[in-house]
Amino acid sequence: MTTANLVFIVMLIALASYWLGIQRSIKVAGGKQQVKDLVSLPSQYGLLTAFWCGIPAILFLLLWSAIESSVIDSLLIDKVVLSADGQIQQNMGLIVNNVKLLAEKITLSEDISSATDIQLQNAQFFIALNEKATWLKTLLTLVIAVGCVSTILAKIKHSFHARNNLERIVSGLLFTCSGIALLTTIGIVMSVLFESISFFSQVPITEFLFGTQWSPQIAMRADQVGGSGAFGAIPLFVGTILISTIAMCLAIPVGLMIAIYLSQYATKRIRSIAKPMLEVLAGVPTVVYGFFAALTVAPLIRDFGLLIDLPIAAESALAAGLVMGIMIIPFVSSLSEDAMTAVPVALKEGSLGMGATHSETIKKVILPAAIPGIVGAILLAVSRAIGETMIVVMAAGLAANLTFNPIESVTTVTVQIVSLLKGDQEFDSAKTLAAFALGLMLFITTLALNIAALKIVRKYREQYD
Amino acid sequence: MTKAVNESLPTSAVTEKIKLGLKKRHRSEMMFKTTGLAAVLLGFMLVFVLLFDITSKALPAFHQHWVQLEVDYSASNLRYSEGDSLENLRYRSTLRKAIANQFPDVKSRRDKRQLNGLYSSNAEFAIKDFLIANPQALNTVQNVWVRVDDDVDIYLKETTSLGEPLIRIDEKEAQWIKSLVEAGQIDKRFNIQFFTSSDSREPELAGVRGALTGTMLTMLVTLVLSFPLGVAAALYLEEFAPKNKWTDMIEVNINNLAAVPSIIFGLLGLAVIINLFGLPRSAPLVGGIVLTLMTLPTIIIASRASIKAVPPSIREAATGLGASKIQTTFSHVLPMAMPGILTGTIIGMAQALGETAPLLMIGMVAFIVDVPASITDASTVMPVQIFLWADSPERGFLAKTSAAILVLLGFLFLMNASAAYLRRRFESK
Repeated sequence: MTTANLVFIVMLIALASYWLGIQRSIKVAGGKQQVKDLVSLPSQYGLLTAFWCGIPAILFLLLWSAIESSVIDSLLIDKVVLSADGQIQQNMGLIVNNVKLLAEKITLSEDISSATDIQLQNAQFFIALNEKATWLKTLLTLVIAVGCVSTILAKIKHSFHARNNLERIVSGLLFTCSGIALLTTIGIVMSVLFESISFFSQVPITEFLFGTQWSPQIAMRADQVGGSGAFGAIPLFVGTILISTIAMCLAIPVGLMIAIYLSQYATKRIRSIAKPMLEVLAGVPTVVYGFFAALTVAPLIRDFGLLIDLPIAAESALAAGLVMGIMIIPFVSSLSEDAMTAVPVALKEGSLGMGATHSETIKKVILPAAIPGIVGAILLAVSRAIGETMIVVMAAGLAANLTFNPIESVTTVTVQIVSLLKGDQEFDSAKTLAAFALGLMLFITTLALNIAALKIVRKYREQYD
Repeated sequence: MTKAVNESLPTSAVTEKIKLGLKKRHRSEMMFKTTGLAAVLLGFMLVFVLLFDITSKALPAFHQHWVQLEVDYSASNLRYSEGDSLENLRYRSTLRKAIANQFPDVKSRRDKRQLNGLYSSNAEFAIKDFLIANPQALNTVQNVWVRVDDDVDIYLKETTSLGEPLIRIDEKEAQWIKSLVEAGQIDKRFNIQFFTSSDSREPELAGVRGALTGTMLTMLVTLVLSFPLGVAAALYLEEFAPKNKWTDMIEVNINNLAAVPSIIFGLLGLAVIINLFGLPRSAPLVGGIVLTLMTLPTIIIASRASIKAVPPSIREAATGLGASKIQTTFSHVLPMAMPGILTGTIIGMAQALGETAPLLMIGMVAFIVDVPASITDASTVMPVQIFLWADSPERGFLAKTSAAILVLLGFLFLMNASAAYLRRRFESK
């Protein structure tokens, strides 16, 4: 029985035990009229029974699924070692995989005539092991579920505080759920960090951070061209910075001016149509922006370049950067608008009362007062730009050119992560691990930017509240 | 009144100076205001250009040209003998003959090959399906409609003067197409297959059904996981958590997670969910888990704000009547916070619906023809399908990509509109 089916059955048993718990509590009370003699409501007895049935069984199932395959693998390896001579130790992984493939063929009753006797034996052993494991899993899960239910049913008495017990379980569950966020962060840090460490054991960290050559294809043969396997990430960093800078050059002025106009000048009607417009810009998926950049903006820019005799690359940094800027405009504008509306009205009125014009008030009073919030907004926007993936994957190039020229093709950190990990890959080559090292860089940078932005915003809030 | 005050004041050197500068100051005021307005208008223009560009590119995809063929279903043509299955007959040569009959003047081998290229590579199966659906057609001559090749389709949609060569259609081919049109053997129909078929290498056959099903399954997993987890976490942090370091840490964590680039979640999915836990690659299950982790912060933050907005008097009243903390929370606070929580969830789901990058990492980027039937089948999703089609060199996919984008944007619009509706209803209460 598969794990999914088992989970479903456990749920059914839990549902039944909910009903059993209610019935049992009514019986203990001595009929429906006497229910008030119990210390808790019948439904609470029912829920408690259901929780006691479901939670241990599902926890057990999770634990079992986590260790099942590794236990079976080690048993299989023992068997393979026993059945063969010692010299095959080094490609044990390959042999084990072959046995598994063979086992799959046998279960699907495909052609297995090419297999040797030993292989067949091992495959049969593997199938038998799997069957045994499944049986054991099913049996144990059901025993646990039913055992827990009968224990709790036996416990139901007049003085049994089902409500307190139930609430302890529920608050425990809530607490566990709140820990998921923490677990996610730990998972991210661990996965990126471990793979990066094994990458840095193959490629020195100094070469990665300061090298100026990036060509992750590792040569299979000595005479292969273009596969030097160089992992110097400087061109990627430069490309990322270049595209983000272009994006910010568009997004900061436009976003800021929109924020100023909407918060200081616009009538309610203009606001009510401009706000949804910004929401549309913010809500368009990045893959759509990528399509727009690659198939509309980039050809437009190239044609314009041809018009003025300027050779512009088909995948120029300019196209990706500009479209990324469009994507970030609503981000900048809504955050800086918040910052500006948070400036006390008294400051604004004081300035206007002294005879300053609106624009003078904005430039000399409101903007300086809101500057920490705006800087925070810009930092968050930069972090968005650096981490943005789809636009650059679709509109920027793959070749790692070390240049600051916006009309040339550059590549970015996120583009390389995608191109290194897209499709099938073996997991221990330097090429794959490099993607995780780049991910680590990306994570650290965006985290630092976010923390800095939050610090600035928080400090600013304390001034006026 | 003002005039009187002005007159009574002595015109000092300072006011003179202010008056002199006034014109310039007003001008700069105007300039500044106009710049602001221009920025807003630029925003409108960008939205308009973006939507117009995509819509205009998408429109051709909703129609498809068909061509009529006179197919001779004679037994000798099909090499059919009594009792044969209709599945494996000589449909290809039958098709070739039908095409040759349509153009009796075309003789040379090269021309014939070129001519066959005008019909969709699916035409062979179309005439086969026709016979299987109408077995009585055997030994008769039937008019069957088949699709034209995507190059011909584009030509018919874009050409201004029939018979003139255009992109990828040379003069000879253009003349053939012209003669077909003049004979009334070309028909333009609504392309229903765009919604009912899955991905294909041939642009004229490709549809979004597989990707839409994949999206539905992935969203289902995301919703089932992220909604209870997000609400439970928000309830704990808002109602139960003691103010201590642990809670602070979780809070900072959630805020930081909300700003982590989505591609990092893809790395997490690849390293932990696929390689460590051994879940299948390319499956909606894994995609759903990754998107859950990504949207959880959004849902938690929105739910917390909504729970915080429930007036304390509700809690006090419930507690005063003897309800326990849990009873108060689940029977009074949670129902009142529900509209806000749902709004946050819909916004989070809309985010997840448009997300592409993390799904590329976990292998949902493969070319998949089958419609996924369960959450562990290999599948792809709408944004990834858009990415794949945008990458393909055939020009026929350009319109398909834009049309797929329109479908995706339509779903996003529906979700955001329902979120806005919920929010408005919540506010009016």
